[in-house]
Amino acid sequence: MSGVATREAYGKALVELGKLHEDMVVLDADLANATKTQYFKDAFPDRFIDCGIAEADMTGIAAGLATCGKVPFMSSFAMFAAGRNFEQVRNSIGYPHLNVKIGATHAGISVGEDGATHQCLEDLALMREIPGMTVMCPADDIEAKAMVFAAYEHEGPVFMRFSRFGVEPVHDENNINFQIGKGEVLRNGTDLTIIATGLPVRAALDAANALAADGLDIRVINMPTIKPIDADLVKKAAAETKRIVTVEEHWIAGGLGSAVLETIAENPVPVYRHGINDVFGESGPAAELLAKYGLDAEGIVKFVKEHVK
Amino acid sequence: MEIQELRRMANEVRKGTLTAVYHAKSGHPGGSLGACDIFTYLFFEEMNIDPKKPDDPDRDRFVLSKGHCAPGYYSALANRGFFPVKDLETLRHTGSYLQGHPDRKHIPGVDMSSGSLGQGISAAVGMALAGKMDGKNYRVYTLLGDGESEEGQVWEAAMFAGNRKLDNLCVIVDNNGLQIDGTLEEVNSPMPLAEKFEAFNFHVIKIDGNDMEAIAAALAEARATKGVPTAIIAKTVKGKGVSYMENSVGWHGKAPNEEQYKVGMADLEKIGESL
Repeated sequence: MSGVATREAYGKALVELGKLHEDMVVLDADLANATKTQYFKDAFPDRFIDCGIAEADMTGIAAGLATCGKVPFMSSFAMFAAGRNFEQVRNSIGYPHLNVKIGATHAGISVGEDGATHQCLEDLALMREIPGMTVMCPADDIEAKAMVFAAYEHEGPVFMRFSRFGVEPVHDENNINFQIGKGEVLRNGTDLTIIATGLPVRAALDAANALAADGLDIRVINMPTIKPIDADLVKKAAAETKRIVTVEEHWIAGGLGSAVLETIAENPVPVYRHGINDVFGESGPAAELLAKYGLDAEGIVKFVKEHVK
Repeated sequence: MEIQELRRMANEVRKGTLTAVYHAKSGHPGGSLGACDIFTYLFFEEMNIDPKKPDDPDRDRFVLSKGHCAPGYYSALANRGFFPVKDLETLRHTGSYLQGHPDRKHIPGVDMSSGSLGQGISAAVGMALAGKMDGKNYRVYTLLGDGESEEGQVWEAAMFAGNRKLDNLCVIVDNNGLQIDGTLEEVNSPMPLAEKFEAFNFHVIKIDGNDMEAIAAALAEARATKGVPTAIIAKTVKGKGVSYMENSVGWHGKAPNEEQYKVGMADLEKIGESL
């Protein structure tokens, strides 16, 4: 079952936020229809800035606007927002610790048919390396909306990773309690903990439910903030379940898996990292690619069975 | 200030620049010295700034896009009263707030952190855009290197500023003709810069960037220019004022030793006496 893409929720949340805050501005680099900043453009044309296909300049413009008291939300595909722009984000936003929010859409292989050049698998790693940068990735559209609101309230640079492809939500619209830096236990369990972020959280939860039939009692943690990671929750899971599987639609080096490993490095338990490993993506329908790379529920079940005895 | 007074001040700013780099034992004296007349005119005459209110939302803004010329920039800010001139001797020292490249978080009067070439001009464009959006009258100035203009981002920024008709933006190109690896032509010349900025819908003024009267006239013309941003192509002498540094590639990023420092300060003293 599919759901609303997080990019869609991002675009709509920008409009709602825009109604509340005059100082909010939105920048895009000729991708408004795809990143969904188009909604904001339609609602607040005077506060929407299309920088054209010039992401580096967009980053500097966002920085300059922030020095003048604006709260810029700057959007492009994750590949360009974080990849092409890494050094601009580091030096023009990160180093001066400016209040710029980066809404990076089309992350991961679920970009689909556009293929490897547009499937960013390293954005979480890159952004995590910038001091003071908050790095987040929502599990579903409901969490995405809450995240965008929290990002506005947070003083300082924020990177948010959104997807083109929608999955069935794990949250209930009327019962979401999102806090930056807090993970959330979606399912209790004692044998093993799966910590997931972003789009595959739903699949991880489904996988845990399926594995219950095999007698595995799995805890599932949704980790929407990669940095600062909820260290207490990770350490507690390590201590109580003794084994961790991480799941992310990202390189297994540098992203969530690495953040979890770093968190428990002094008191280690086995951590099995599931995600993309040292390859580029490829073209194909999103759901097929997620299945091919084992990031659907079936793939996560298989991974757990292979690695966790 | 009278023009002659400004010339004297520029000479003081040069002394502070040389002193800062000498005490730092590293840094970029050549470009800094060449730009001291521009720094001085901007901070002592042109810009609406107040050392007592460095965060005034209505102040004019300045971004040193060619961030490596921090010694000259800091010396001008210090002489203008943003922080003690004596502190210039701590440039680049561990624990000093005077970082090797401009740091807006810690240095009073610095509007934007810069130093990674090509990025400062974009921030200046963002500041100018914010001014337009808010209906404010402040102006935004940025000093760009001619070598820096080899960065593609400079032209992304110029395209945006021209398209948006940001007439509150004034880009000053410090055209000293030299970059680290040699002359512009030997490396990868971005010339002709005037025609390029014109093509990006800027009003362009070409001046001698070490001539205080010419700087004054150009900035007044920029202020009077409506509907398009202005680019001032300021021909400068790299290392200006210090005999052995003038027009020398070798003094782009090197500090003088004690002997050289004394000679340089004597050169500047002599210039000061003649003013």
